[in-house]
Amino acid sequence: MSDLTRKTAAELGRLIASGEVSAVEVTRAHLDRIAEIEPKIDAFLHVAEESAIEQARAVDERRAAGEELGPLAGVPIAHKDIFTTVDMPTTAASKILQGWRPPYDATVTRRLREAGLVIVGKTNLDEFAMGSSTENSAYKPSRNPWDLSRVPGGSSGGSSAAVAAYATPLATGTDTGGSIRQPAAVTGIVGMKPTYGGSSRYGLIAFASSLDTPGPFARNVLDAALLHEAFSGHDPMDSTSIDAPVPPVVEAARQADVAGLRVGVIKEFGGEGYQPGVLRRFQEAVELLESLGAKTVEVSCPSFAYALPAYYLIAPSECSSNLARFDAMRYGLRVGDNGVRSAEEVMALTRAAGFGPEVKRRIMLGTYALSSGYYDAYYGSAQKVRTLIARDFEAAFHQVDVLVSPTSPTTAFKLGERTDDPMAMYLADLCTIPSNLAGNAAISVPCGLAEEDDLPVGLQILAPVLGDDRCYRVAAAVEKALEDRWGGPLLKEAPSL
Amino acid sequence: MSAITRDEVAHLARLSRLALTDDELDHYAAQLDDIIAAVARVAEVAADDIPPSSHALPLTNVYRPDEVRPGLTPQQALDQAPAVEEDRFRVPRILGEEA
Repeated sequence: MSDLTRKTAAELGRLIASGEVSAVEVTRAHLDRIAEIEPKIDAFLHVAEESAIEQARAVDERRAAGEELGPLAGVPIAHKDIFTTVDMPTTAASKILQGWRPPYDATVTRRLREAGLVIVGKTNLDEFAMGSSTENSAYKPSRNPWDLSRVPGGSSGGSSAAVAAYATPLATGTDTGGSIRQPAAVTGIVGMKPTYGGSSRYGLIAFASSLDTPGPFARNVLDAALLHEAFSGHDPMDSTSIDAPVPPVVEAARQADVAGLRVGVIKEFGGEGYQPGVLRRFQEAVELLESLGAKTVEVSCPSFAYALPAYYLIAPSECSSNLARFDAMRYGLRVGDNGVRSAEEVMALTRAAGFGPEVKRRIMLGTYALSSGYYDAYYGSAQKVRTLIARDFEAAFHQVDVLVSPTSPTTAFKLGERTDDPMAMYLADLCTIPSNLAGNAAISVPCGLAEEDDLPVGLQILAPVLGDDRCYRVAAAVEKALEDRWGGPLLKEAPSL
Repeated sequence: MSAITRDEVAHLARLSRLALTDDELDHYAAQLDDIIAAVARVAEVAADDIPPSSHALPLTNVYRPDEVRPGLTPQQALDQAPAVEEDRFRVPRILGEEA
């Protein structure tokens, strides 16, 4: 058997189903790969060797007993450490949750288990998913497999690094302002933010509840669609979960056809602050779509210029409220409880010791934006911008079927390059934030390497609410055409680790 | 003129239950000032006639049947507590000392 870690999730699922390999063999191959490359990429906060083998063995036994299993049964997956898991620690990469064992599984976790996916470990992230590089992890930064001196994006950077380095074919992520799409773009893989409410937030440690969206990472579009389908769908445990069928994402990924499709190029995304190599690959992708039979047209979304400032009021406001639950009383860290100090003093000492700088910044920023006297000017205005952005999308989707843009303005930046400048870090999410504010679907798919640095560039494809299948259809068409041109996936250009 | 003063940041830290050092207060005051100056731009387009959106999609109240379902056992609920006493969370004092 050739190297199992180089196969796609769909191929592995078929090989396991036909009995050519066992789920245990597939899992062992990936655990070996993790042991080999983890010292270089630091993608995981927790690797669960024994549990993974047990899960794989259970799949093999269910199969042997004649049970009908899904297409991803026995396939290894890396799980972002912000989803609760009863059998593994769940930290959100924060010291305040060091060693925490949640008493229940997230709905996404439960559905991965039901689909027979083998959870090999929990991946690193920016603390509470706040960041674009994993450098805000309280434990360690992860590294980009294309260049170990660069970030793998964030916040789901452990997941993107794991998939790009062949540690697992699949990973979960969460996208609040771009935390799936941007890491996918800068590591040369596929990452999807489903329609808000299409995937359950139950058991996802909350950062900004009106924006947080679980989604898949994979090395190709079809695998991402298979994972998307496996964990999505209505969940009564999440009051904002959409009670509608999951869009036909797998069928769309197989369709891979854009003939006659109307594609809008977002006029506002480009120019100053964008790396020339990123813009060139993007322009070529637009031309490629035309050559495949799509009709492209420029579309203006004037309010998108205000998306970033609106996001940095709304997300911190929700974060300041959500993170109030870390009060040192019922679970997690408790510092300074000497029998004399009050609960309030212990709370303040614990939160000062347990939260990192970016989390503290956002809690204070949100507290400020929500305080009386400032509420209307800041949070209130940001909510109005949110309305304007939704209107821009609505007008655009009257004209076109999908919109396209670069996923991120630059390729992967160097570790340490932006850590002292929060505003520079925030710019990484410039093109991804509008879809979080409006709740619509968006995907990132590799579209080449920037010539300045030979690093991956992502094409973002945006579709209306519940139009997730359109993202996959276009992404799959682009992937197929580019892989024909390149003679294989973009990742084959990555240095071997 | 700065958007936020050091005293205001100290007040925010108290409201946020964050025991920050003097050095941290200086550091965050400068950073928050930059960030607030940048995000204040939202007011430029927030006209009176635009309704605010708290959420991306229309939301309605969701009800579930009022029926008994299994929950956490006391043991499960207390398992990760920093301190436990007589099947309860033990917490520091919550009232001020009597003078």
